[in-house]
Parts: sequence; structure tokens; C-alpha cells
Amino acid sequence: MNKTLFEKVWESHVVFSLNKKIDVLSIDRHYIHEVTSSQAFEELKKRKIPILRNNKIIATTDHNVPTKNQHLPIKDVLSKFQIETLEKNCYDNGILFFGLKHDFQGIVHVIGPELGITLPGMTIVCGDSHTSTHGAFGCIAFGIGTSQVAMVMATQCLLQTKPKQMRIKLEGKLNLGVTAKDIILYILSKLGPDGGTGYFIEYSGYVFKRMNMEERMTVCNMSIEMGARGGMIEPDSTTLKYLKQRIFYPKEKEFKKIKKICKNLKTDKKALFDKEYKFNSDNIYPIITYGTNPSMCISISDPIPIGYKNLQIKSLKYMGLKEGEYLLGLKINYVFIGSCTNSRIEDIRLVSKLIKNKKKADNVYVMVVPGSKQVYKKIINSGIDLILLNAGFELRKPGCSACLGMNEDKIPYGEYCLSTSNRNFEGRQGKGARTLLASPLVAAITAIEGKIVNITEYIKTNTIIVCK
Amino acid sequence: MEKFITLFSTAVPLFIDNIDTDQIIPARFLKLTTKSDFGKNLFRDWRYDSNGKIKKNFILNKKKYSGNILITGKNFGCGSSREHAAWAIRDYGFKVVISNIFADIFKQNALNNGLLTIELKKDFINLIYKKMFLNPNILFEINLEHQYVKFENNKEFFKIDDFKKKCFINGYDDIELLFSIKKKIEIFEKKNIYN
Repeated sequence: MNKTLFEKVWESHVVFSLNKKIDVLSIDRHYIHEVTSSQAFEELKKRKIPILRNNKIIATTDHNVPTKNQHLPIKDVLSKFQIETLEKNCYDNGILFFGLKHDFQGIVHVIGPELGITLPGMTIVCGDSHTSTHGAFGCIAFGIGTSQVAMVMATQCLLQTKPKQMRIKLEGKLNLGVTAKDIILYILSKLGPDGGTGYFIEYSGYVFKRMNMEERMTVCNMSIEMGARGGMIEPDSTTLKYLKQRIFYPKEKEFKKIKKICKNLKTDKKALFDKEYKFNSDNIYPIITYGTNPSMCISISDPIPIGYKNLQIKSLKYMGLKEGEYLLGLKINYVFIGSCTNSRIEDIRLVSKLIKNKKKADNVYVMVVPGSKQVYKKIINSGIDLILLNAGFELRKPGCSACLGMNEDKIPYGEYCLSTSNRNFEGRQGKGARTLLASPLVAAITAIEGKIVNITEYIKTNTIIVCK
Repeated sequence: MEKFITLFSTAVPLFIDNIDTDQIIPARFLKLTTKSDFGKNLFRDWRYDSNGKIKKNFILNKKKYSGNILITGKNFGCGSSREHAAWAIRDYGFKVVISNIFADIFKQNALNNGLLTIELKKDFINLIYKKMFLNPNILFEINLEHQYVKFENNKEFFKIDDFKKKCFINGYDDIELLFSIKKKIEIFEKKNIYN
């Protein structure tokens, strides 16, 4: 029978079918962090349930850590307690823990792939919605709640309704300045915030095939923003090449096994999907959001669309924008480069290429928050830190930071922030903060100009080479 | 988990689409390591202004609306997977949330916490909105056993997975089921490629 990539991975992990809809799914990797795990540990303790497979759990601190002075004790009492609770829980249960002082600490969806812990064809869960990121390796990876974190700890399994399947095909060439972030934002604009609800997405076609792993992760990362359970891409030679360079590089014998697994991780030619979309990348230009969910986005040089309903009015009021208005020329005082969407070394390298020998505009405060200690190390070792310093960008230490406004990295009330993160919800980056999502490329140029500019024109006139 | 069979209650209509979990409970309140006490910060930035003053126009602050049922726009609970959103709604006193469609992770979190999510057709929700505008004190009957929502002379059936329904009616959860098949899980693990 012809099967999709999704079906192959799903079916190889079904322990037992409870009924026609619900399967008991075995989980290969369980990432945990400080914010959504403590109540799960507590629940198990209360019910006297031990952790079944502590060797399948990997812990780090990211959501609630400071990005300045990480070597000093954390000032915020609640944050300090939350992080110490995770550390204690990991110690008590023999779980691998990458704390703030560890060389491998970082945003959970950056470190997993970067260290080589995420492997093709795995089932991966984490108490974080952006777990979909790991789908870039042909994994079924999705976010779960804390009760489910407890279930996985207790049984290494989850009860899951099998989602429907969607394929999004993208063919064509890439226009000037278009990155993986623009592509996923474009798809979001077409499907809307609930267009993927109930589905698992497979991204296929030449454009995704040509992407490196960092770009694929950016795409899969935002699958959740259209409500999809997750998104995945067929593993290929790019995936295997990436894996070979990892710290936890699988030994020769295991690598052969993985290579064999990858061969089978393809959607069969005649496999059926519940829904299919086809897009052409010739129509995609650098994109920016204007509203309060990520699907409310436009090409940078287009006006804000007219004629939407109440929701748009509420959104635009919050954003201080009007229908029909152009974003070009809008003054931006804050730029945030970071988050599990765009804080990998490739993202920072791109930024550094664009800003080399340039200075940020006087009105802008730019924060660069690397995704992990490993990314930070690479920034220092390759001298990118000096480029950032010369341009007036502030390089911070790894964490989720201003993506979710949980620690002290917040955008002030009413201010616009051009952000490479994944959500522009009301108050996401701080109470009253107005987020405009875009790619690291747009972020870098905005930081230099201090306002929103026509990216395509800018690249042409500055003869920047951004293509691979 | 608390048992749930039927509920008679008035409702609070919050007719906004795509309410994300950052609105339900902003990240700055996620620092607690317990499951309780989130209700006071439910819809924090919609309930209070930047000085901590009550926003009178927000529906939860209007005295004429109360009850254990929250009726909302489509795609409720999108965004972050934080279960704190379900805890906050439950802690505030809601036992049922009605929407046209729920975001997937939120729905699972709610059901794992005894917060019943009911998906109804758009037309029926629109009817509720219209009727509640005229009469905020409409009494709703939520009947889980026979899977319907009823008010005045209007009745609409809803779907729920049989297993989840059993969990609600008997007050047990997924962990108990998973434990009952522990042997199967152990056998499976041995043949799993990434074991």
C-alpha cells in the first residue's frame, strides 16, 4: 500500500489502538524545560509513579532565564526557584540536564537538533508548541501540555488521535531577499491561523528540498501557527550531512542504521493526502506581519489589506495601524533577533554579512539572542561578535528572551519591535508591545535603517548578495 | 479528575475569534511551579488596564454575565501549549468552554483537566450570541451522557471521543489507561528502532 512519510513514522510507533481514532503512541525523545515540567514531576510524585525511561528525557533551561549575567545568581525569586526546581527534579530522577552553566544549554528546539539528539523518523514531544521544529528531520514532533508531559514520563507513551494529513508543495525560484521565514509566513497568510487545525503537514517540493537544515527548521517551527499538529520534511542527503557534523554524532554503526531508516522515510508516489496545496515561490517577496496573529502578513511593499471584519479592526487598533496604510517608512525603535525560529548560527551569519562595516540607526535598540551556548561560541570563534559590536548590536546570552516576554527582556508599551520570532500576539513581547514578525534579513536591514524599507529595492541598490 | 455528567448554568459570551493562550494567561504569570492560583490572572490584560484598574467593558467584568460556561469565537486556545491556560480557566470557575473549533493542544489540555470543550456548529453559536444579547440570564443544559447542549427550545448535539467521555463521567485520566497496558508498552519498546 502507498503510504505517506507521516503514516510510516506514525505506524511504526503505534503500541496499541484504543479505538478507531485513538492510538497509543510510543515516544522516542522527550525534551523538557523549566516552565512546563515542574507540575508534571509533582503529579507523579503525588501518585507515587516513577519515571519509566529517564534516558529518553533531555532537559534544559530556556524560557525563563536571564540573557545578561548568566554567571550570577538569578535576581527574580520566582524564576530562580523555577529553574532550581527543574535542576533538582533532573538530579533526583537521573535526567540529563543542560543548565545555565552547561556548554550545551540553549533553546530546547535549537539544542536538540544542533547536538544530534533529534534523529530522523523519531517521535518527539516537549511541553512547548514549537516542538514542530524537529519535523525538519522527518520526525513526528509536536507540543504537549503538562499533563501529557507527566504521561510520557510515566509510560513513555501518549494517547493520540491520528491527525489528518496535508501536503504543501512549493516549487519555483526564490526572489531577492526571500528566506525560509518569508516562505512560511506566506503559507500562513494563505491558510490562516486555523487552516492546519486537525492536520499534520508535509512540506514538499523543490524549494524545501534545496533548503539547509536550519531553513527547514524555520519552516517546520511555524507549522503550529496555522494550528497544525506539526509539519515535517523528508530526510535526505542534506539531513545526513548535517547529522555527521553533530557533537553527539551517531557512531558509524548507528549511522548506517539511520541511513537505512532515511531511505524508507519517503512519501510513496501514489500516497493520498486529505488536503493538498500547491504554491509557487515566484509569487513570494520579503514578508512582514501587520496584525496580532502570524497569518496577518503582507509583502513588505504592499499596503495593509482593506475589508476584513471586526478581528482586523481590533488587531489594527492594538497595532496603531490603519487599513490601506503602507508599513514602509514606519519608524522602528526595537529589533529582536532570536527565538527558536531564527536564532541558529546560519541566521546570525546572515545578519553579520548584512551589517558588516555598517552601524545601526540611532533610534534603534538591537538585541541579538543566540539560540544556544554552541551558537554563542561559534559567534565568538568566527569574530561575528566584533561585527555585531561595531554595528551597535547587543549580543546577549542564550534563551527564549523577548520572544515571549517571560524574563526581563520585554519591549516597552506601545513600541514597535521588528522581531525574528514566531508570534505577534497582543502583549506577547511585553504588555502593549507591538510586534512585526519578519526574517533575520529584514531585521538586520531594519536595524541599519531604523525604519521599514523596501527590502527588494534595498538589496538591489546596495548590491547585497544574499543568495546561497 | 472530578466527575462530570450534566451541568445547568448560565454562560459568559466572549465572542472573539483566535483567542490565543497568551491572552488567556500572559507568560509573565507562568513562573509558578504549582497548578493553582492562575484564575486570578485569567485574561489579565483584557480584565485590567496597565495601572491594575478593572476594565469595565470587558465581558468578565460585566456583572450581568456569569456562570460556569464560557462561549467563545473560533480557534480558541491557539498558540502556546501552556496548560496554565486550562488551569486558569478552570480555576476561575468555568467547567465548559464552547467554540466552533478549538486549537488542538488546548483542547487536549482542557480535557486532561476536567474542563469540557464542546465544538458546536457556527450557526448554533451565532444563535446563542443573538439570544444572549437579549437575555444574559439564559440557562444552559450541558448533557455529556447524551451529548447535547440545550437552552430554551434549542438543542444541539455534539461529538466527543468515547474514551474521553468515559474519563469525564468516571473521573479518570489517560495515565490510568496507559498503566493498564504497561506490558504491551514494554514489549513494543524492545522492537522499537530507537530503543
